[in-house]
Amino acid sequence: MIAFREIVERFTELDAGELTRWVENRWIVPEAEDSEAAERWIFHEVDVARVELILDIRREFALDEETMSLVLGLLDQVYSLRRQMRRLCHALENQPPEIRDAIRRALPPGTQKPG
Amino acid sequence: MAAQTPYEVLGVKKDSSPDEIRKAYRKLAKQFHPDLNPGKPEAEARFKSISAAHDLLSDPEKRGRYDRGEIDESGVERPRYSYRPHAEGAQGWKYQPEGEIDPADLDDLFAMFGRGGPRGGPGGGFRSARGGEGFQMPGPDRQFALTIDFVTAATGGKQRLALSPEEWLDVTIPPGIEDGQVLRLKGKGGPGFGGGPAGDALIEVHVAPHPWFRREGDDIHMELPVSLAEAVLGARVPVATLTGPVTMTIPKGSDTGAQLRLRGKGIRRKRRGTETAGDQYVTLKVVIGDSGDEELAKFVEEWAKTHPSDPRRDLGQGTTQGAAAA
Repeated sequence: MIAFREIVERFTELDAGELTRWVENRWIVPEAEDSEAAERWIFHEVDVARVELILDIRREFALDEETMSLVLGLLDQVYSLRRQMRRLCHALENQPPEIRDAIRRALPPGTQKPG
Repeated sequence: MAAQTPYEVLGVKKDSSPDEIRKAYRKLAKQFHPDLNPGKPEAEARFKSISAAHDLLSDPEKRGRYDRGEIDESGVERPRYSYRPHAEGAQGWKYQPEGEIDPADLDDLFAMFGRGGPRGGPGGGFRSARGGEGFQMPGPDRQFALTIDFVTAATGGKQRLALSPEEWLDVTIPPGIEDGQVLRLKGKGGPGFGGGPAGDALIEVHVAPHPWFRREGDDIHMELPVSLAEAVLGARVPVATLTGPVTMTIPKGSDTGAQLRLRGKGIRRKRRGTETAGDQYVTLKVVIGDSGDEELAKFVEEWAKTHPSDPRRDLGQGTTQGAAAA
């Protein structure tokens, strides 16, 4: 559990007003985010990592907020797809070899990664 | 709790110029210098942290790294919070528009890839064009193993197979099925996706051995013990077959190893409309067993005197008769 103040202190590039706005934009979703008081918000490592990601992107690409929203939306979709893909792969891995072979054969040509 | 930031230690703002930082440092260093505060360990500690803060903030590269969260206030490398493991970790789902899909609801997963893209959520995002073909895929085949008894394998029949704790299937066994043969039951596998057909159940059949029957193709072989009297005098004895006992005639003077045939008592099956049937071969084995008493011994002793014979006279290379009894 990480407090609002700890995040602001950790990242000099980030001030409290900004982090508050990010939460309002739902770029960062802490626990108890419906609470008016930022001091009540509870952040986790995933949120800190995401703050760092946003800061990195902003610094590297000088993005405005609107573009940042778009980038985050796409990133989240990619991660969502990766997550579902991984779950599917995990399920396939646990199938007997015959089923895995059948699925391999059922893959349309051109969709298999070379190598 | 986080330690004081170097900016806080020096009492300067985050965007202070190097000049402001130097001034703040000099002022505090004078105030807390150990030489000016003898016997005050807290002043010495304070002086150390002031020096450390100044070391960090006076070096533009270190200050930059600190500002980006790469190092902490003591200059130690912070662990990088790479986002990917978090995004894909247990907590990452909350930023993902699809959320978690119930594994029981695979349709959702395929709908996501095939039929119209994300269902939206926080952050919105693009939707893929509608009207694409739905993703269809036949269900997976399911594998089962089924052990059946010898007679059922030979004559055919039904055998119950548990597909799951709740689901039973009466599998029809064709006559003459062999050990290791696989039966494919269409549509009894896993359900299809997106309206695709269900997979098949693949049932590998194992045939349990029988205590006295043996198979060679469609013929049944067995060894039948007969008594000395039955062998010498001939007899009619009951013999088990696949379809129940029948009476068989043992000819007078039969020997161990003699093979008798019961025509049509093997495996019956229909091949392209015509029924074929194997035979049952019965190999006799003369057993003296309980009848080998003193009386018999005496009789044979007398009898042998007038009937010399050497059953081993032909025994050059083979010992097949001895092996057959095993």
